[in-house]
Amino acid sequence: MNIDLSRRSFLKLFGAGAAATSLGAMGFGAAEAAVAAHVRQFKLAATTETRNICTYCSVACGIIMYSKGDLNAGEKAELIHIEGDADHPTNRGTLCPKGAALKDYVKAETRLTKPRYRAPGADQFQEITWDEALDKIARALKDDRDANLIEKNAAGTTVNRWTSTGFLAASATTNETAWLTYKTVRSMGIVGFDNQARV
Amino acid sequence: MTNSWTDIKNTDLVVVMGGNAAEAHPCGFKWVTEAKQRRGAKLIVVDPRFTRTASVSDYYAPIRPGSDIAFLMGVIRWCIANDKVQWDYVRNYTNMAYLVREEFGWSDGMFTGYNEETRSYDQSSWEYQIGEDGYVLTDETLENPRCVWNLLKAHVDVYTPEFVERICGTPKDRFLKVCEMIGECASPTKTMTSMYALGWTQHSKGSQNIRGMAMLQLLLGNIGVAGGGMNALRGHSNIQGLTDVGLMSNLIPGYLAIPTEREPDFETYMSTRANKPLRPNQMSYWQNYRKFMVSFLKAMWGPAATAENGWGYEWLPKLDIAQYDGLRMFDMMSKGEVNVYFCQGFNPLLSFPNRGKLTEAFGKLKLLVVMDPLATETAAFWENHGIYNDVDPSKIQTEVLELPTTCFAEDEGATVNSGRWLQWHWAGATPPGESQTDVWIMSNIFLRLRELYRKEGGKAPEPILNLTWDYADPEDPTAAELAKELNGRALTDVPDPNDPTKLLLQAGKQVSSFGQLRDDGTTMGACWIYAGCFTEAGNMMARRDNEDPSGMGVYQNWSFAWPANRRVLYNRASCDLDGNPWDPERKLIAWDGAKWAGPDIPDIAVTAKPREVGPFIMNPEGVSRFFSRRLMRDGPFPTHMEPFESPVANPLNPEMRGNPVARMFPGDVAQLGDRSEFPLVATSYRLTEHFHYWTKHNKVNAVLQPEFFVEISEELAAERGIAKGGRVRVWSKRGEVWAKAVVTKRIRPLICDGQTVHVVGIPIHWGFKGAARKGFGPNTLGPFVGDANIETPEFKAYLVNIEPAEGSATS
Repeated sequence: MNIDLSRRSFLKLFGAGAAATSLGAMGFGAAEAAVAAHVRQFKLAATTETRNICTYCSVACGIIMYSKGDLNAGEKAELIHIEGDADHPTNRGTLCPKGAALKDYVKAETRLTKPRYRAPGADQFQEITWDEALDKIARALKDDRDANLIEKNAAGTTVNRWTSTGFLAASATTNETAWLTYKTVRSMGIVGFDNQARV
Repeated sequence: MTNSWTDIKNTDLVVVMGGNAAEAHPCGFKWVTEAKQRRGAKLIVVDPRFTRTASVSDYYAPIRPGSDIAFLMGVIRWCIANDKVQWDYVRNYTNMAYLVREEFGWSDGMFTGYNEETRSYDQSSWEYQIGEDGYVLTDETLENPRCVWNLLKAHVDVYTPEFVERICGTPKDRFLKVCEMIGECASPTKTMTSMYALGWTQHSKGSQNIRGMAMLQLLLGNIGVAGGGMNALRGHSNIQGLTDVGLMSNLIPGYLAIPTEREPDFETYMSTRANKPLRPNQMSYWQNYRKFMVSFLKAMWGPAATAENGWGYEWLPKLDIAQYDGLRMFDMMSKGEVNVYFCQGFNPLLSFPNRGKLTEAFGKLKLLVVMDPLATETAAFWENHGIYNDVDPSKIQTEVLELPTTCFAEDEGATVNSGRWLQWHWAGATPPGESQTDVWIMSNIFLRLRELYRKEGGKAPEPILNLTWDYADPEDPTAAELAKELNGRALTDVPDPNDPTKLLLQAGKQVSSFGQLRDDGTTMGACWIYAGCFTEAGNMMARRDNEDPSGMGVYQNWSFAWPANRRVLYNRASCDLDGNPWDPERKLIAWDGAKWAGPDIPDIAVTAKPREVGPFIMNPEGVSRFFSRRLMRDGPFPTHMEPFESPVANPLNPEMRGNPVARMFPGDVAQLGDRSEFPLVATSYRLTEHFHYWTKHNKVNAVLQPEFFVEISEELAAERGIAKGGRVRVWSKRGEVWAKAVVTKRIRPLICDGQTVHVVGIPIHWGFKGAARKGFGPNTLGPFVGDANIETPEFKAYLVNIEPAEGSATS
């Protein structure tokens, strides 16, 4: 197998950990033989690679996600590994102790999987359908807005200000989510609108 | 950030103060290491703790939490006294020579115009002297006693090294060494960068901390240059983007302002926005405000926004107060004035101060809606978890809906890093269970609400019924559709303003820059500063060319940076008056005789001749400001203010408590602690193994840092009889927590105003959900008061007490 392998295809064949250590320790040729002798087929070779950005801090390290199954081909995609993107100008493949464990966040046991409802005074959640949840929210918004929207102030100026409903927006959603959220929240007249920049 | 992560490699001196990049931003910090290694750059850390950033620094100086302004004004005083000033920069690119009104002044740590009853200043004297021609009066000789230079010199005069030592607890010799290292960067060929984070913002005068450093950077000529700048290290992956897109009480995307009720119509609103230049020839770029605002309103309401109805201006909410920020909303909630509240990927029960007040507030809501990938404490605020959440569910009547959302791995779109790079990412995993994207959820809520208004009518339905919703699948708009709206497009054919016979842009085409946006309703664009991110050439945010031909870390073809793909803001100031780089080795742009050009996109009109247009084009002065006029509520210069809870009195004015213009709600004043009862200073921070309240859900991170602790000095431990690893109780006027004691040499007692001040470090990462052990956070203890300008809670300096507690720590 004496072919000119790029770093990436080499990693794909032999596994990132083995490649990184052996390359430095023994030189390429020796590593090739040693690794090939005892390493089984690299698990990531048959996976789909997707470029993403770490969801934690604002360094915004490039990452590569490896999934079994191709989402773009309409398949179910199961995330099996995340590593730093060596092509990314900022992090150049490195990740910190948080980013290196990103997969654990995606697959945390405490990920939410179903809409849930907590009734007044109840000591636990119960499952609810999306339709029920969304209808309940829309009804609550409509009722509160109709009851409490301040259309005009004392001076007769139209102010369309709604203070009895508020919205705290996130810190890791995309700009596109942010814009859609902005549109809908502002169209209703909500002024109690904030994000996580302060905390 | 004015600059970018990769630009840090160009610096000569890194000052980390108000942050801890090595632990909180490890992969960005590598550019500090790079600068040290390749350029021989030095690193200074000023922090209450000897952090891991400090452990790799060239020089460390301790400081008492909440005393940064005194330190920074002291450095400015030292630089002026020792002529460490980049004079050509200061004379030409700042307002140093501008004359200020005669009535302006200060005494007892306060500026002119203070009104104790309203806790605000009458700022009318905080202004320039304006001549008959409408321009500011200046004195280029700097001899006039009313010029900014002389006022600044007088203002900083009190901040002697002895005064700094007394206030900050920084030993005088350490302070002077820091001054000397910083002073070297007054050379046109040496630059310093400031890296800061919530260590500076989370104070009742956080904005003034940052202004203090910005002024120092101007003095040294370090704004706009490679390896320089003011670099805010944002804490979350898209808090920059969420703020750019205006998700704050008082914002419209692109840092436009939500109107107030004193601006009843569009023309009144516009009358104070399009700042006329204050000096001849200046660009004063906000003169284009109307184009950005009309394009935004067209993005909101499309054809329903017309010239006749002021582009739908009436439909925007109008504020009666400065802002309904998070602290205010929780205060209103605690009084029963809020009925419905949404938390989208936000866990305020652990993030805002005075958790007891928050729990009470949530219990007064009718409906709480939480959208999150994870089970948050906020969604479960009504669950009893013993000492970790001591509530009685049967007494809480709030209905809660907990909605499962996707996370980054399952979603597509752009996030904005600290350096303003909009980086696109792609989905690579199937969402778990029934979780949905926030876009799908918000769309479905909106469409159902709109349907209710269509069927039933109701109050002010127009802004809802007329909202544009031109998506192929109305229930699930794509990221590309939304990104294109953020960029903006022509709604009809747009003629060229210079030659009406020509077409600037054909109807339906994406604009290529904000220069193409119009104020006549022919263009739409949701966020003008993002114009150029998704053009007819495609999605610029998805670009992945990592070539850097100049070697300056510019990466011009990697993703897209706002504004206009510019990587270093104010980069015109990296050149002298004639357009030659101060340091030819670090050229970003230069004047080539006909135009500005270079590795970066010039932050000035490309044909604007040198010596005519100033480099700070957003300011009507064309220069940057040492004296900030009426733009900040607590003064045109930063002045030392103590935290609201402080171990010492303010020597400038012993009667003054905290920031005299910071907002305090009546009930919260009674919940402030006194130094006699709470003698220790608490400060919150992050650990490198955890991210906020998220990674405690991860097994790996929960193993690395399993348990809540507080960090104290050996001296304090000995004084209070606290054993290493023992269990302690920490309490403030507002609450109590139990923790394991980490007794360390990293925090040392300081001597301030003749007395010993102990600091208690409190990391933020624990709660009662997730894989880590149950624990507490500093927000149980922190005071319910924010920065006077932007309401960032004062988490970095408040008072607590500590004692050994019964029982052993859990490990």
